[in-house]
Amino acid sequence: MEVKLTREEIAHLSTTPSKRKWYSKIGLALFVMTIPTVLYIFIFHYLPLGGLVIAFKDYTAFKGIFGSPWTSMGGFKHFYTFITSPNFWTIIKNTLVLSIASIVFNSLCPIIFALLLNEVKAKKYKRLVQTIMYAPYFISVTVLVGMLFTFFNGDSGIFVRIFDFFGFDARNLMENPDYFCMIYVVSGLWQGLGWWSIVYMGTLANVDPNLHDAAIIDGAGRWRRILYVNLPAIIPLAIIMFIMSIGNILSVGFEKVYLMQLATNLSSSEIIATYVYRVSFPQFGGIPQFSYATAIGLFNSLVNIIILCGANFVSKKVSDNSLW
Amino acid sequence: MNRKSTGSDRVFDIFIIVIMGIIALGFLLPLINVLASSFSSADAVVAGDVGLFPVDFTLEGYKMIFKESKIWSGFKNSLLYTVIGTLIQVTCQMLCAYPLSRRDFKGRKFVNLFLVLTMFISGGMIPTYILITSLKLYNTIWAIILPGCISVFNIIVIRTYMQSSIPMELQEAAMIDGCGDVKIFTRIVLPLCRPIIAVMILYAVVGYWNSYFNALMFVQDTSLYPLQNVLNSILVSNESSLGGYDVNLSEQLKYVTIVVSSLPLLVIYPFFQKYFEKGVTIGGVKG
Repeated sequence: MEVKLTREEIAHLSTTPSKRKWYSKIGLALFVMTIPTVLYIFIFHYLPLGGLVIAFKDYTAFKGIFGSPWTSMGGFKHFYTFITSPNFWTIIKNTLVLSIASIVFNSLCPIIFALLLNEVKAKKYKRLVQTIMYAPYFISVTVLVGMLFTFFNGDSGIFVRIFDFFGFDARNLMENPDYFCMIYVVSGLWQGLGWWSIVYMGTLANVDPNLHDAAIIDGAGRWRRILYVNLPAIIPLAIIMFIMSIGNILSVGFEKVYLMQLATNLSSSEIIATYVYRVSFPQFGGIPQFSYATAIGLFNSLVNIIILCGANFVSKKVSDNSLW
Repeated sequence: MNRKSTGSDRVFDIFIIVIMGIIALGFLLPLINVLASSFSSADAVVAGDVGLFPVDFTLEGYKMIFKESKIWSGFKNSLLYTVIGTLIQVTCQMLCAYPLSRRDFKGRKFVNLFLVLTMFISGGMIPTYILITSLKLYNTIWAIILPGCISVFNIIVIRTYMQSSIPMELQEAAMIDGCGDVKIFTRIVLPLCRPIIAVMILYAVVGYWNSYFNALMFVQDTSLYPLQNVLNSILVSNESSLGGYDVNLSEQLKYVTIVVSSLPLLVIYPFFQKYFEKGVTIGGVKG
């Protein structure tokens, strides 16, 4: 189609470049647009990095970050104290158990769920199931933990009654350290299963239909097509997601564990993040140990970064999938 | 090609439909029980009679809750934090994502690296606490709103959306017509970004409405507490001012508080479904 321009329009076109001001030529407006975020990130993410030096000092609020003296052992006293503390292995074990169990179930279950849901042909039914499955994701951790306590409460909680029906005594299960991990993982799946399957549903919707047709001609049934066409289509994405979660292996979410903690289940519920909180803000008027807590936090992120790089390296070698 | 459905295919279809139905119902069951309990009499709740339907239907619990000043103040606070926080968060993220989506933006590489680095390293709990206190934000609403406000991950998702769904030719054409960068952003890019803006608003609203950690860490004044922290004292710590009522009633009131606090989000999310499904997919593929 031929576009006819009026004389004014052509004149306008030809004069525009020179009409552009100097600041729009270098894209000043674009710079200005990034300023709020860059400032924010500088203040709330980079400034605290400077605060990490107190991990090597004996920080007191009175002397401030710079005035506080360095610790003994070349600044590494707090790291040494943590690693040799009697709680160390319990805390590391609890953190690893919770995190590995969540990673395994949270990675596998959404994939299986998405593969099955993708086979539902009735569009409206599929959508309804999805809508229902998203609901728990919008419930806050506070409410979730509140629900858990109520459901396992005394004789009246609905879980106690359901388990009772199957001949299992679920009274006060929340207080039992042996079941902490299971309750943590299952309630996490309840919240996230639908949400985490979204990415896979999106990928499955884009699988080339020709692949399916070819498989049908080769005589593949539904199960085989799930296994040999759909599953391979989502594996690269699954590996990326897996590496990401491995990188956070030592940072189990603080909130949920903290809220689920009771004095009676502490032997399996004390993790690094809750220990840091307990050390920093001790109850019953203890002395806050900011430096010690920061050292533990730093130790935690260092281990995370090392594991992330390791997992990425292995994945690159084995499968050619990598984060960078 | 026409796919014929065979006998075994039909069995498979029915099997899948049944399995999905069972899973979905199982996921819904806890919520239905909470809802049913909130409408039941306190005695029926404590006796454990309530299953999927209310027993001795009553609105007593709701009447009690709406008289409870702590819940109201939590509700008002959460609403305020959600509105202000969402505004700041979505505005900054959109503003920052646009230049990053432009290949001709001169600071693109630097800003990108500056942001992405923070996804891998962080100061942690105490340095952030010291920052908040030295900025004199402790015990103010900003201590609840600002920490964790802008998400680098979200910026990357928005940037990817802008790059993949707004044709660069369109922006170039506008440039030739004499549009400045600001005009291109407000007149062309923003209107085309409606789906991703909807997702980001939803994320922000959910995040602020359900946030608990910031107030726990940085606020002592209970009159500033958002809803979730009020809920925690009622649901988990059991230190309730509702304790003045009898024990059975306070047990039943827990169900009512769960319904009242979760209902707003549970009512709005289905309207955003097609948007957030898209948003999550972009985040998963490119994040």
